Amino acid sequence: MTGDPKTSGVAAWYQKVPSRKLPTPDKRARMEGLWIKCDGCEEIVFKGDVEKALSCCPKCDHHFPMGVRQRLSLVLDEGTFVEMDRGLESTDPLNFTDSKKYKDRLKASARTSGEHEAFLSGTGKIGGRDVSIGAFHFGFLGGSMGAVVGEKVTRVFERATELRVPAIVFSASGGARMQEAIFSLMQMAKSSAALARFRAVKQPYISVLLDPTTGGVAASFSFLGDVILAEPKALIGFAGPRVIEQTLRQKLPEGFQRSEFLLEHGMVDAIVPRKELRAKLAQLVELLG
Amino acid sequence: MRTFALDFEKPLLELEEKLAQLRRSAAHHAHDGDGEHAALETELHRFERRCSKLQQEIFANLSRWQVVQLSRHPSRPYTLDYVDRLFTDWFELHGDRSFADDHALVGGFCRFDGQPVLVLGQQKGRSAKENHTKRRNFGMPRPEGYRKALRLMKLAERFNRPVICFIDTPGAYPGIDAEERGQAEAIAVCLETMAGLRVPCVSVVIGEGGSGGALAIGVANRILMLQYSWYSVISPEACAAILYRDASKGQKAAEALKVTARDAFEFGVVDELVDEAPGGAHRDPALTAENVRAALRRQLAALSHLTPEQLVEDRYQKFRKLGPIIDAGAPLAT
Repeated sequence: MTGDPKTSGVAAWYQKVPSRKLPTPDKRARMEGLWIKCDGCEEIVFKGDVEKALSCCPKCDHHFPMGVRQRLSLVLDEGTFVEMDRGLESTDPLNFTDSKKYKDRLKASARTSGEHEAFLSGTGKIGGRDVSIGAFHFGFLGGSMGAVVGEKVTRVFERATELRVPAIVFSASGGARMQEAIFSLMQMAKSSAALARFRAVKQPYISVLLDPTTGGVAASFSFLGDVILAEPKALIGFAGPRVIEQTLRQKLPEGFQRSEFLLEHGMVDAIVPRKELRAKLAQLVELLG
Repeated sequence: MRTFALDFEKPLLELEEKLAQLRRSAAHHAHDGDGEHAALETELHRFERRCSKLQQEIFANLSRWQVVQLSRHPSRPYTLDYVDRLFTDWFELHGDRSFADDHALVGGFCRFDGQPVLVLGQQKGRSAKENHTKRRNFGMPRPEGYRKALRLMKLAERFNRPVICFIDTPGAYPGIDAEERGQAEAIAVCLETMAGLRVPCVSVVIGEGGSGGALAIGVANRILMLQYSWYSVISPEACAAILYRDASKGQKAAEALKVTARDAFEFGVVDELVDEAPGGAHRDPALTAENVRAALRRQLAALSHLTPEQLVEDRYQKFRKLGPIIDAGAPLAT
């Protein structure tokens, strides 16, 4: 193949160098055009049908990842979302570099995800009631929590405290962000402390766990919900399954750390399919708020 | 008798062995002729100076990875060693009242300078046997450990006793049973509860400060770290396994993560560094413990002037400001 830059040694200017990184779920869906293979039932399904079904498989109801803005518009009353704290940026306090500079990773992630950071937050209404709300964007560095995400989560609780309204957080995160090391760790304490203060206003905090919620995010505000909901079959836990497998050197049982497993073990209040989420949240806000 | 030596300790230990031989021989020849004895004495002094110079040289320029190695030295004092040296009237309390007693996290009431306090800490086993049969589990607590800590913190608050925590864990235990019983929830509840405690809280990282499993007893008014301890979001090896896909590159990850006590102090996360004995805490646990005692005294005295409300506020502000960010302006409507 003469046109192959790898064999010819000359990259034609019009050729895109393929990314060696695994495609993110969003990207994979985009790249494969009109049809996608469902991770749940392995059927080939029409993308348009999946989108119509809130990014769920029309055949088996498998929940695909959902964009963060789409997520908020799914649960909030139409046109009520007001984004806050959009201007926060990481300072890269450790000047961190592995195979790439952390600063470059942030820029690349912002480009591919269209979001500034791994967390989107603001205010809105659910069933006509004001709420302080935020959601993780897993497509941005695995939804990891550094100082900016920690600050934004903290402000979700502080705003809820100030406005005396319910707080709602959707988690989808691999955990604390390695590139900000101890600062990321401290975000767990900071956000949990803000939550401790919020309790005094006697408004509910509803935590919704999406696929996946693990590590330092799970081990702080995600598991501190007055009510904890989970989407079906989401991976939820402290240690990731690979870490556990490596530690114990044994295969993990089927369904381990999935929403249904957590419900069975008393760790979440309810599993709520995406199409029911809006109604269930409105109901909880009414019952407790 | 020391049975384990880190690579960079070895030249020093060899020199010290020679010094010990020389001392024995000096003692043996103590009644020999004056000239011979004086020569031996001179040699002895020369050796002592060499030893202390070598120690200074080695420890003046430790790499971050060497600090991590020191923090895990098998002879390093653990939580209960400090309990023995610093407190009186120790009464250990067991169990989380719902599932089990976790021996990887110990807690009890005791006296510090005569004042009743609560002490909590992760406890490593001194040997493989202790880690297994005594269930110390290398200082990696399970949910029941954190729930015991939680129970005791609430007791301390009710009885108005300061809380002193010794942090020494590679991390919370990543196991099937721990997940089943809600490891994440157990840690999370500790964080929130500790943030709101109406009594003075001081945490000291005495060895390893591994991630959320360490932080669970680290939401304190003051955080102290021993000189050769580390504290970060992930252990260097686990970080290397993810970033470089090679757990043996812990050395590289330790540098990238800036894990040491010195780093944490420079980042403003830690309030005070506590000097260890020359050559590390394991070389003189008594001296190291005295340094910890002095630091605890100082910090507890400073906190004793605060009301319960001020203590909670002080702790809130301490953590509220952690995490450098650029705030490019006012809230933005979309």
